[in-house]
Amino acid sequence: MVSGARLEVRGVSHAFALEKRALPVLQAIDFIAEPGDFVALLGPSGCGKSTLLRLVAGLEPPSEGQLLVDGVPITGTDPSRTIMFQDPTLFPWRTVRGNAQLGPEARGSLAANAARIEAALSLVGLDAFAEAYPHQLSGGMAQRASLARALVNEPRILMLDEPLGKLDSLTRLAMQRELVSLWQRERFTALLVTHDVEEALLLADRVLVLSDRPARIRADIRVETPRPRRRDDAGLVALREEILALLGLAQAA
Amino acid sequence: MNATEDPRWFRALLALLAILTGLLLLALPLAAVFAEALRRGWDVARAAILEPDTLAAIRMTLIVAAISVPLNTVGGLAAAWCIAKHDFPGKRLLLVLVELPLSVSPVIAGLVFVLVFGLQGWLGPWLQARGIQVIFALPGLVLATLFVTFPFVARTVLPLMQDQGRAEEEAAATLGASGWQIFQRVTLPNIRWALLAGVLLCNARAMGEFGAVSVVSGHIRGQTNTMPLHVEILYNEYQFAGAAAVAALLALLGLVTLVAKSVLERLSGRRVSGAEGAPMRMLTVVSGGLLLPFVQV
Ligand SMILES: Nc1ncnc2c1ncn2[C@@H]1O[C@H](COP(=O)(O)OP(=O)(O)OP(=O)(O)O)[C@@H](O)[C@H]1O
Ligand SMILES: [Mg+2]
Repeated sequence: MVSGARLEVRGVSHAFALEKRALPVLQAIDFIAEPGDFVALLGPSGCGKSTLLRLVAGLEPPSEGQLLVDGVPITGTDPSRTIMFQDPTLFPWRTVRGNAQLGPEARGSLAANAARIEAALSLVGLDAFAEAYPHQLSGGMAQRASLARALVNEPRILMLDEPLGKLDSLTRLAMQRELVSLWQRERFTALLVTHDVEEALLLADRVLVLSDRPARIRADIRVETPRPRRRDDAGLVALREEILALLGLAQAA
Repeated sequence: MNATEDPRWFRALLALLAILTGLLLLALPLAAVFAEALRRGWDVARAAILEPDTLAAIRMTLIVAAISVPLNTVGGLAAAWCIAKHDFPGKRLLLVLVELPLSVSPVIAGLVFVLVFGLQGWLGPWLQARGIQVIFALPGLVLATLFVTFPFVARTVLPLMQDQGRAEEEAAATLGASGWQIFQRVTLPNIRWALLAGVLLCNARAMGEFGAVSVVSGHIRGQTNTMPLHVEILYNEYQFAGAAAVAALLALLGLVTLVAKSVLERLSGRRVSGAEGAPMRMLTVVSGGLLLPFVQV
């Protein structure tokens, strides 16, 4: 069994070059996720959450600071750090199964992973659609296919960029439960980006609340409530109010 | 009726005009070539094509295309890939260079090669001292054809590559695919139909090019003549039957290419699931068709 990795984000700042001007997106982000932590990232739209995941995935080097996995600096992509993108970015010329198996295929371990691929597909409820092409899927199904594709690689760090954003509320609830049990079984370190405060509180051990762009960590909130959690749990409701206030969305009531 | 919409009769008139122009200027002359070729009967046309100098010209055309099309496919792909997926100084310049052959007259292209590689040219003495002949020989024909047909592959795949962006390739990278695997499994499948269409266009032009090739060829019968050049020679010698026969063969090649291209466009337009096998079968048929005219030769 592969277990989660320790992720250290040390003084990371990042800026994009935009029309000769630098657009600062992340500013002095500092946190450590212990192996098997479930960390949620909450923040306003466009503040830099996806950018932070791109840095952890190794798709881009940070302008400043360091990212380390188990003490080793991240220098590029690695299948042990997989990301489920905000857009499913499935390969349209491949079936759902074809998409899910790209990782093992590229690493030449397709045969060894056959069972894992089927398991991932059935976990996301797409076993009946294994031979379907992406354009035949609904938005939510495409996101689930993308999740299966990430899971197949036995990631030690799994990044989820608004994974449940396109799902209807019922499927969403079911998938939230599935995600938690999946994480409890596999013990990967999870980084979840979401807009939904409730979702963050239901799933994560820790919620990092980010500021407007350039994103700084405004609060690092521990969620100690034991699982399975109920959304009307008094402790969670209190945390929810606290976070909403931080995001400037406190309700008068 | 929508305010921005033209009246129906007007649209019909425009369409009719366009079709008539097309028929009159494009289809009719083409039909005339075939009619002329077969006017004295099938046997005469066949004999004209089986003439040794004509066969040599056909062979030369095929050799030139067989060398320049693969080279330009690789070169065009590389150029499109650099332009679409990367930012680097000189990117604009590369884009201009890719389109240069489209805006420069082919005759000038041919002339440039003569000025560089010809006996009086910059590299002429150096090449001659080593016994290498470029101008009035196969290398010159290939160079001229390479220049003229370079934009076709690059221009057809570039828009698609730009549309695609980097997201799919990045997804593959995070799944552990190496650079070459990403190209092979993500970039290439995404552009395959456009690539094939570009290759077909490139091939059609490579076989049909006249201007640039004419300057560097020297028109040595049986040696450096290609089909288009041979058509002109025959015509100038009042061998109308022969000229028409070779011209018809050349036109047929072009037509097959066009049909193949539009079939490919149809297939790529509707990316039907499970139809993966069908395009490949089509392709075999199409490539078979491309070779068909030579089977009788
Ligand atoms: N490749 C890029 N080049 C230039 N600017 C970029 C690039 N990618 C992102 N940005 C900018 O960086 C900022 C943060 O983008 P990011 O995608 O990280 O936001 P986000 O927090 O994920 O937003 P959302 O919640 O809406 O997905 C945005 O203002 C965006 O315009
Ligand atoms: Mg985002």
